[in-house]
Amino acid sequence: MGVIVLLIAFSLLVALTFLGAFFWAVKSGQFDDPQTPSMRMLFDDEPVSKNNKTLTNKTD
Amino acid sequence: MHKNSLIEKNQCYHCGEDCSDYSISTDDKVFCCEGCRTVYQILDENNLCNYYNLDNRAGNTVKANLERKRFDYLLDLEVQHKLVDFKKGNTVSVTFFIPNIHCTSCVWLLENLQNIDQGVLRGTVNFLKRTVTVVFDDSKTSLRALVELLTTIGYEPSLKLEQLNEKKAHSIERNLWLKLGVAGFCFGNIMLFSFPEYLNIDQSDSSVMFKYFFGTLNIILALPVLFFSGIDYIKSAWAALNQKGINLDVPISIGMLALFGRSLYEILSGTGAGYFDSFTGFIFFLLIGKVVQKKTFDRLSFDRDYKSYLPISVLKITKGGELSIPVNRIEIGDHILIRNQELIPADSINTTDHLQVDYSFITGESEPVTLIEGEQVFAGGKVIGQPGELIVSKKVEHSYLTQLWANESFKLSQNKRPLTSFADRISPYFTFSVIGIALISLIVWLQIEATQAFTIFTAVLIVACPCALALSTPFTLGSTVNILSVNGFYLKNLTVVEELSKTNTFVFDKTGTITESNESKIEFIGEKLSKKESQILASVCHSSTHPLSKTIFKNLNTKELLTSDSFQEIHGKGIIATIEGVQVCLGKLDFLREKLTGIEFDISEVLHSGSKVHIAINGSYRGFFSIQQRFRKGLKNLLLQFDGLDFPQYLLSGDNEKEKSALLSLYKGWEEMRFNQSPTQKLEFIHSLRNKDTHIVMIGDGLNDAGALKASDFGIAVSDDKSSFSPACDAIIDSDSLGSLDQFLSFSRISFNIIIVSFFISLLYNVTGLGFALTGNLSPLVAAILMPLSSVTIMAFTTLATRLTAKKMGLKLWV
Repeated sequence: MGVIVLLIAFSLLVALTFLGAFFWAVKSGQFDDPQTPSMRMLFDDEPVSKNNKTLTNKTD
Repeated sequence: MHKNSLIEKNQCYHCGEDCSDYSISTDDKVFCCEGCRTVYQILDENNLCNYYNLDNRAGNTVKANLERKRFDYLLDLEVQHKLVDFKKGNTVSVTFFIPNIHCTSCVWLLENLQNIDQGVLRGTVNFLKRTVTVVFDDSKTSLRALVELLTTIGYEPSLKLEQLNEKKAHSIERNLWLKLGVAGFCFGNIMLFSFPEYLNIDQSDSSVMFKYFFGTLNIILALPVLFFSGIDYIKSAWAALNQKGINLDVPISIGMLALFGRSLYEILSGTGAGYFDSFTGFIFFLLIGKVVQKKTFDRLSFDRDYKSYLPISVLKITKGGELSIPVNRIEIGDHILIRNQELIPADSINTTDHLQVDYSFITGESEPVTLIEGEQVFAGGKVIGQPGELIVSKKVEHSYLTQLWANESFKLSQNKRPLTSFADRISPYFTFSVIGIALISLIVWLQIEATQAFTIFTAVLIVACPCALALSTPFTLGSTVNILSVNGFYLKNLTVVEELSKTNTFVFDKTGTITESNESKIEFIGEKLSKKESQILASVCHSSTHPLSKTIFKNLNTKELLTSDSFQEIHGKGIIATIEGVQVCLGKLDFLREKLTGIEFDISEVLHSGSKVHIAINGSYRGFFSIQQRFRKGLKNLLLQFDGLDFPQYLLSGDNEKEKSALLSLYKGWEEMRFNQSPTQKLEFIHSLRNKDTHIVMIGDGLNDAGALKASDFGIAVSDDKSSFSPACDAIIDSDSLGSLDQFLSFSRISFNIIIVSFFISLLYNVTGLGFALTGNLSPLVAAILMPLSSVTIMAFTTLATRLTAKKMGLKLWV
């Protein structure tokens, strides 16, 4: 039965890791703005465009 | 997904507005103005045209601010220091409030600023708050360049005086999330460890060892819940007791401490398993209620004073030329230049002839006044048309605009009736009955079985814990406020709902509240104008900056404009112009009489209230435009609804009496109508209405109503554009939703009844619990079932009841 003590210690450790992750998420501001990230995920990585001027940024 | 197919040919590719001609075009795309084309060119050059693909209504028109603003003051180190969030080496982070953020494209563009300006490291948009936080490299770009860039592409940051005076407080919200997280974590784990206890598997030998092991773990897990998650309740209860009052936190704290103390004793003495599962669950649910309560409307601001209206900078004229300086550094005697649509920051003397100033925001007068040289100009006025040069006569803090905030009665109204919630009011009775019952049971059980007495005493304190009671208010009101916001009525917080439900007296402001600020009812009375004549008239009106000319121009709806051969505008009187040999004269009747002698006027203008613009073409009188301010939609119905409920309704106007008849035709039952009211008079009128039975609602829109809004029991600011500035108030209403105010009111009343019903439900649970407690049968299992069950019932009941009510009343439930 002593194994239960060990298992519980492990389960608590795992749970604490998740609590730590939650703390990190709150502190890094993930709970501050629930709306914008849902819009951000729709953006393409590379903007589609007909003229390729990517290399010659800032011509003026 | 090409925009071309969706947009008609003559609409501006950038902002989607109708173009008057096809003259401004690039890459076979048409633009309404040079500003829009510039934005397109910048985006095209930097490969950012994806902007137009993400959302159809992406672009903001740049027409309004074609004139380039100057941001020299952003070079000032003191101003910079106050605006930036932090600065580390060359890396600077700054947050701008940009009211124009409205769609996905905006987010995308503002987060890709580094493609345009390489000094920008990254941009992060908060869509709900309408802010963008930009981190940039100070050595490659500057704050000023950044603001100029944002302004050029149509996202002008709103920089106001108040930002110079205060720093934003950091969010308390994060802390609340952490507390909730800890409570939830401990609640879950303690429940797990309490499982053997629930199933009663403690027959074996090793069980004693486990009992201590689980018990110790539970104590360790409960400690952070008491000292971190739940400490606010105890603090608040302590503060209330210190002031000899009892709020709802007092019975909550008693319950909490009883739960914790009893559990600690049971585990340490080995007499039982304790109630730590109930204890942590209880705090977890309470905190959920608190999260619901905290949910406010970040992008709306309800506590603004004059500082929010004043611009951050002003152009000062010095010997060396124009220099833009922060507004709070204006000194008496400074020469300042105020351009079209800019606000006057301080009382000054006018040095420009025929300066037109629009005071509608501070006095409620709807038409601009024309000032001659040497006249006094008041802070808060907006210059229209040609720029004005002024000499400052008072500092910003001592100007007319700020007087209202210094007014004695304004300060008095700050401490109006204290807001206590219904729950707080019943808590003294609740607390005393709980303690009473607990003491009686203690005495009774001491007679019967002294060993049980203490157990029963604490059990009573535990079950009487008003957890469900504490949840019913935030959940009902949270849901109510949410539904109201979907319908265009934004409340400052949950506590004001109660005041709203009690209101019975209504005071309306006229300009901007009852009448629409931009729309007016216009009709031409007289001989019909030919197409050519309309075109000529439109061209003349287009050249004038007077609001009436603009209204007529919009009404004539002519696309192609002609250039005038001669054009003369006498400010405040009228215009005389010649186009293609046709002479047009328009303006006041006296002006026409003066300019065109010997022509006949046969008019019945007395029949028409409102403003009139008379027209004469080639020396013959043709008639006049009658321009009336348009009343808001649904208003008549609203006034009649309130009338049906016997609510007295008053009208206050900063304007003159010329629209009195129109106002009476809108609604006859005005209790009283007052015209030419100054902001202070409005404030005093509200004070005079005060007695113990009246709960006054003031509905206004501008700074001129600020005092009255504050003095009333419930101030509602009407707003055409939510993100624009509205004075300090309890609620902001979308101008389109004003007509439904009566519905909102009855909805708030019903939600109060829902709270009362849910109070009874939660009392029912308490009584059931008392049954267990008094007979000595309150096992940890019963407590662990009863407590979450009551909380969940209340949450479900209040949320469902409010939503069903709203549905029945025909209110929108979703955006």
